[in-house]
Amino acid sequence: MGDGTGTTWTCYDAATMTAREIYGHVLAELSDADPRIVGLTADLAKSTAIAIYERRHPDRFFNMGIAEQNLMGVAAGMAKTGLIPFASTFAAFASMRAAEQVRTDIAYQNLPVKIIATHAGVSFGSAGTTHHCTEDLAIMRSFANMTVIVPADGTETANAVRAAVDIPGPVYIRIGRGFEPPFYDSEDYGFEVGRSHTVRDGSDVTIIACGIAVLQSAEAARLLQEHDGLSVRVLNMHTIKPIDREAVLNAVSDTRRILTVEEHNVLGGLGSAVSEVIVESGKGCAFQKLGIPDEYSPVGYPEDLYAHFHLEANGIADHVRSMLDLEFEEDEDWEDEV
Amino acid sequence: MGLDDEQRRRLQDQALDIRRDIVEITHRSGGAHIGGGLSVVDILVLLYFKHLNIDPQRPDWEDRDRFVLSKGHAAVAFVAVLARRGFFPFEELDTFNTFGSAFGMHPDSLRITGCDASTGSLGHGLPMAVGMALAARRLGKTFRTFCVLGDGECNEGVVWEALMSAAHYSLTNLITIVDRNRLMIDGPTEEIMSLEPLEEKLSAFGHEVLSVNGHDLDELSEAFDRAERVAQAAEGKPVCIVAHTVKGKGVDFMEGQVAWHYGSIDDELRRKARASLDRSSGDERSSEEVLHG
Repeated sequence: MGDGTGTTWTCYDAATMTAREIYGHVLAELSDADPRIVGLTADLAKSTAIAIYERRHPDRFFNMGIAEQNLMGVAAGMAKTGLIPFASTFAAFASMRAAEQVRTDIAYQNLPVKIIATHAGVSFGSAGTTHHCTEDLAIMRSFANMTVIVPADGTETANAVRAAVDIPGPVYIRIGRGFEPPFYDSEDYGFEVGRSHTVRDGSDVTIIACGIAVLQSAEAARLLQEHDGLSVRVLNMHTIKPIDREAVLNAVSDTRRILTVEEHNVLGGLGSAVSEVIVESGKGCAFQKLGIPDEYSPVGYPEDLYAHFHLEANGIADHVRSMLDLEFEEDEDWEDEV
Repeated sequence: MGLDDEQRRRLQDQALDIRRDIVEITHRSGGAHIGGGLSVVDILVLLYFKHLNIDPQRPDWEDRDRFVLSKGHAAVAFVAVLARRGFFPFEELDTFNTFGSAFGMHPDSLRITGCDASTGSLGHGLPMAVGMALAARRLGKTFRTFCVLGDGECNEGVVWEALMSAAHYSLTNLITIVDRNRLMIDGPTEEIMSLEPLEEKLSAFGHEVLSVNGHDLDELSEAFDRAERVAQAAEGKPVCIVAHTVKGKGVDFMEGQVAWHYGSIDDELRRKARASLDRSSGDERSSEEVLHG
């Protein structure tokens, strides 16, 4: 059924295709094996690459026009009737225009609608704030029953889409515009929903990242090792909800310094989810969040925006360096703590 | 296909029973959306006791007709109908509005046997009904989906998104009913936000529009019969029935009164309401005999 058995997808293609295109292909393949799967969009078949699916399964593809609220309501009705709908639109519209339909029709009724939210974060670049989406993780993770996944690249998107079919409830998968460089060169790195992937082990600092920030964080860790002699652990926290508590707590005790990096407002997303785990543990830890600093994003090419918000390797490395002075002690003396 | 005398009398009795239930539940639970509950009763009775292909013994039967109460605040009427149709014991409604109950102001599909969709936030039901109708077609099933909209609810833009999509996909297996009681919380629909010409708008949105008296069982039944014939046609327009109703129907001091959108009933009002229902019906049985009957 949804375990990906028999799919012909190979990583060879991943190098030449965007996450959106990979999504379209993987969904088409999953549908060959599972008659419950259908695809929907809101006039963004080409933009979200679900058109690839449409060509393969024209009778199982439904374009609802520019009507995102209806898109989510219709998907809920289909799911209530035994189908597994994959609904694709831009993240800004999936999470905000149709937020109440996602919450009340889909999440409240715990229906297996899989939302593929593309062009998330600032990946839409020159489209500007109307089409950027730096709020969706905060919104989606506050909906009970919702699983929230931010794949690091196209390969991980393929893994996430396959895994989503087998999750009985709703899933929100957040991907970019599709021009992001690949990070994984194989699908077989042990992707598991709710379990972070340790991209690199380290003992001085842990960077917890998701989405495009994973590749940049790994590069930052390499720079820090090379130039500063720092041992940096990098966790790909692809599942924002349920968050991998164990990996966060291990990072607290092993490295005592944690930096979260995400293409999202620093309020409410990955950084907030990680900080909740840390604070609830009662353990002390130097902690900082790197992301969009609670402001609206300017117009520009995505790479310029990432640089502007320090979401690239050098910016991340600088933040890690700034955390080195934040020390913690084992004693009971709180006066000299951060 | 029309109603014979026996059928008509039986359905009228059931509608009266449900109206008495609504008064009783409203009295006992401290408050309910009684006005819009009373206006939709005849529509629900005709669906649940004549037209819907359902089996209370198999509430999850895959081939059952689906029903979505898009005007979810009429839950007080809906759950009374489900109970009297045999989906669950009537006594369960004793918990209405209380802590942890399956029954509150708006229906919860995960808690209420026979309820196909959780509704209450206006404008959400019809899109889900469209999804069910599309799914039926995809799954090769012949069941139909019925959806009741409130007229005030038609202020919501997403209602028109859904109507547009139903027509685009030629969903003849979807039957939409508008409970046109002409009142919303703040006043008459035409004063708060004009809907007229409603029939023309629905028609312009690609629906086959039938306009009926929503309290005339013969007219309603004929409209549902016609919708069934449309559903059997391979192609065509989805049917939308505009059922002209009276908010608070059956309880004289509530009829057409904005104040009774939501309300509570003390012992004295309960007595008056029951007396009014008894008078309006010409039913020889008293309310006492019918309640919990």
